[in-house]
Formats: sequence, structure tokens, C-alpha cells
Amino acid sequence: MKRGGQAWAWFWMIVGILYFFLPLVATFLFSLRARLGVLSFDAYQTVFNDPNFIYNFSYSVFWALLTIIVGILIFVPTAYLIRLRLPQFRAPVEFITLLPFVIPAIVYVFSLVRTFSKPPLLIVDSPVLLIAAYAVLSMPYMYSAIDTGLRAIDVRTLTEAAQSLGAGWGTILFRIILPNIRVAILSGSFLTFAIVIGELILADYLVKPAFAPYMAYLMQQKAYEPAAMAVMSFALTWACLGIIQFVGRGSDQTQIAGGH
Amino acid sequence: MTTVNAVKRDAPQARPALPKFSWAWLGLMPFFIFAFLFLLYPASVIGVRSFQDTKTHAFTFKYIVELLQTPYLLGSYWISIKISLITALGGGLFGFLLAYSAIRGGLPRFMRSSFMTFCGVASNFAGVPLAFAFIALLSPPGELTKLLIALGYNPYFHGFTLYTFWGLSMVYMYFQFPLMVLIIAPAIDGLRREWLEAAENLGASSFQYWRYVAFPILFPAILGAMILLFGNAFGAYATAQALTGGSINLVTIVIGSQVSGDVLGDPGLGYALALGMVVVMAFAIVARTLLQRRTERWLR
Repeated sequence: MKRGGQAWAWFWMIVGILYFFLPLVATFLFSLRARLGVLSFDAYQTVFNDPNFIYNFSYSVFWALLTIIVGILIFVPTAYLIRLRLPQFRAPVEFITLLPFVIPAIVYVFSLVRTFSKPPLLIVDSPVLLIAAYAVLSMPYMYSAIDTGLRAIDVRTLTEAAQSLGAGWGTILFRIILPNIRVAILSGSFLTFAIVIGELILADYLVKPAFAPYMAYLMQQKAYEPAAMAVMSFALTWACLGIIQFVGRGSDQTQIAGGH
Repeated sequence: MTTVNAVKRDAPQARPALPKFSWAWLGLMPFFIFAFLFLLYPASVIGVRSFQDTKTHAFTFKYIVELLQTPYLLGSYWISIKISLITALGGGLFGFLLAYSAIRGGLPRFMRSSFMTFCGVASNFAGVPLAFAFIALLSPPGELTKLLIALGYNPYFHGFTLYTFWGLSMVYMYFQFPLMVLIIAPAIDGLRREWLEAAENLGASSFQYWRYVAFPILFPAILGAMILLFGNAFGAYATAQALTGGSINLVTIVIGSQVSGDVLGDPGLGYALALGMVVVMAFAIVARTLLQRRTERWLR
């Protein structure tokens, strides 16, 4: 079993690694073929000189940052209060935060469009709805990241120490708790960032400028520029998730994929 | 807890203290308002309007009945379920073999941690860029296709196309098997070495160890993970849309075309279709939770 087992282990690992890297290598090669006969970075140049790319991409970054801020403002106080004072709300709140796994994103968008496109709830065109929807889609990750972070610190002692020194709730939350769970918040934020940047459906159906819909649009028009954008998108996702793995070393946080 | 209580402690108590009423739940209000407005309420709209006549608003089962009698819509569920089952089984098996190889295969230690990092990234990688990566690899002008043609084998002459069911399954596998690795890794870690040693000492063959020890313990974990993979593929939309432009009628694709306009001819039918997806997902999640409890008996 020993020798044969190891050979099989190598075999499967090599197959797995090929499956990982072949599509990535192919995309990269493809993106270099914009000029006939030679490999060049022309496609990247075109993309960076494309004002529409800059426009859509900066909007995606803007949405992502807003979503992260909204997520922190809503989920940190909630998770904190549940840990400190209201453990009886843990089950219902966790149930709600996991709902986006049960409701596929496309079904969720469908319900949003239908709910908010007639008076009195006519906000389907408002960026508020888009940000709220991004916050919902990233909620399972953001909330569990924050909750994991809170589990690792002594919330009660920190709160009581701050209170005995005269701190108010705002001070406790934003100057004591928040800095103490910054690693957890950071990993939740990067995951949210990756989700928002890669998210196609929401911005597409709520008709807002964003990176993924623009890339999908460009895929129908051109060959090499979308390849360059796919490579950049790979790199961005890798950077985000790589940073999470790096800062989150030692914590036993697992994640479940979504948003496909 | 609060400062008010601390001050009052010195005062003599005139009457028994009132049961303490906490205002702390008010702090949860932003969350509940947010969740109600942007998640629970819109989701409930789907549930309600599936059973509500679009014109009269009266309670009705007619959309559910119509859904079950429309072969086109049932077919879309069937394609979605089929691709989810196939990629859950395939991705689950492959992912398990990979995870076992990485953890117990006697490979160098660094390989395990970097492999896990890859899986964390790849399982999150989907949608437009993923679709494009496979187009760059295996479409007619793709890199691997060109390489194979140069070697004298054109896969497109042998019935292969990327833009069909099996092509899409192959693309789904890219995020399915890394997810399996991530989910199943803790269970494999929990498989104690003593059990293998004990089995070997009692003269068990490798097959017997797997058949009577490891497999029965791992089975609920593997099945539970595969169910999660099923749900993961079942809800997928962007990858299929970007790859095939909607030519494969997954149920998510049909709902997607229903979002912007009423392609089914009756909005009520769209709601029923969406509700059906939620029901399937809910079944999957419940089954997974039950299996997880069984797993925890042995593996912690």
C-alpha cells in the first residue's frame, strides 16, 4: 500500500494541478496573440487605454468599497451584541445570514427586480438597491468572518474594561472591538471585494456600470482584449484570496463558494 | 452590565427589582431592517406570488400545476439537476482523491498547504473569466485545440464541442472539485492513524480497511459535501450564460431571461419556477445538515 499509494497520490495531484493551470496558461497565451505572428502585450495596452474599461472597472471598485463599509456597519454591531448580550438571537440571525446560499443569486435578482420596480418601492434604479444586494450576497462570508474574529477575542472583558474607563458604545465598537478583529474584517473585506468585482448578474440586471458585465459584453465583440481582462481578473482574485490566506493563517475559517 | 446599574447598587432597595428589561435588542434593528427589506421581503414575494393569480390576486395552485405540465420548464429543471448531479459526483470523487492524496498520500508537507491555497482560490473562481479561460483553452481556436491539431488530432472532428452540456460540465468541474477538497479536508484529517494501524495489526488488507473502517466513517461526510456541490452547481448562472450565451436551457438561464421581460407569457409562472429552485436548494441544505450531524459522531 505504501509505495503504490504514494505513486497514486502524485498522479492525482499532477492531474489536479494540470486542471488548475491549463486554462490559466491558455488564457495568458491567448491574451498575448493580439499581434499576428508574435507574442505581445498589445491587448493589455488596448484595455488600459480603453476609457470604457477604466469607467466600468472604477465603478466596480467603488461598489465594492461601499459594500464593505455597509457590511461592516451592519454586521459588526450585530455579531458583537449577539456575543455579548443577546445569545438567544444567534440562531435566527445565523439562519438569515446563510439564506443567500439557499436562494440562488439569479432567483434573488429576479425577486429584487420584481419587488422594487413598482410603486411604492420604486428603487430598482437606485444605487442603494445595488449596494444592499451586494451586501446580501456577501453576507454569509462577511458575517461569518466577523463572528469568527469575535470568537477569538474576549468581548466581555474588553467591553467591561472600556466601560469602566468611561467609554460609550460608539467608542467601544469602533475603537476597541473593530481594531481587535481587524484581521477577520480584512479577510471578510477581501472576499467581498472579490465577489463584487466578479459579480455579473446584479449589475447586469440592475443596469449599473461594472467590470464583469463589461467583460461579458466585450467577449461578444473581441477576442484578445477579454483574454487580457480575464488574466487581470484572475490576478485580482488570486491577490484578494491570497491575502486572506496570508493574513488568516492559523484561523480555522473555512469558506463555501458562491456566486457562480 | 450598564453604568446605570453600577450607580444604583448603593441605594437601598425599596421594592423588589423589576425584571430587567434590556434595550440591547434595539441594536439588532439595523440588521433586521436590512435583512427584512432586502432579503426576507423580496424572497417572500416569490413565495406569495407563486400562489397568487396575477390578475385577481386570489389564491391559486394553477401556476404550480402549469409548471408541472410544461415539458419545456420541467426539462430545464432536469438539465440543471443532471449537470449538478454529474459535476457533484465527478467533482466529489476527484476532489476526494485529491484531498486524500494531499493529506495522507505521503507528499511533501509544503505541497499540502499550497494546494489548499489553490483550492481556496479556484473554488471562488467562476463566471465570465472562467468561461473565457476554457474558451481560450478548448474552443476551436483555443490553445489546447491548436496543440492537439498540430499533433494530428482534432477533437472537433471527434464529436467534441465546448458549448454543449458536457463542455459546460467540464467547466463547472473547475470550481467543483476544489470546493470538495476544502470541505472534505477536515474529515480526512479526522481519520485517525490509529484506526489504520489497528486494522493492519488485525491483518486487514487495504481493501478491507477501506470497506469496513474508513469508508463507513467518511461516507456521511462525502455525501454531505457532494450535496453542497450539487447546490453550488444548481444555482450557477453566470458561467453558463457567459460560455453558451444561454443556449443550454438551465433553469437559472430561463429565470434569467424572465427577469428583464416576461418570456413565459405569465409572470406567475416565473415566480413558480423560481420557487421550485428554492425548494430544491432547501432540500439540499437540510439533507446536508442532517448528514453533518451523523459525521460529527466520529469526526471532530
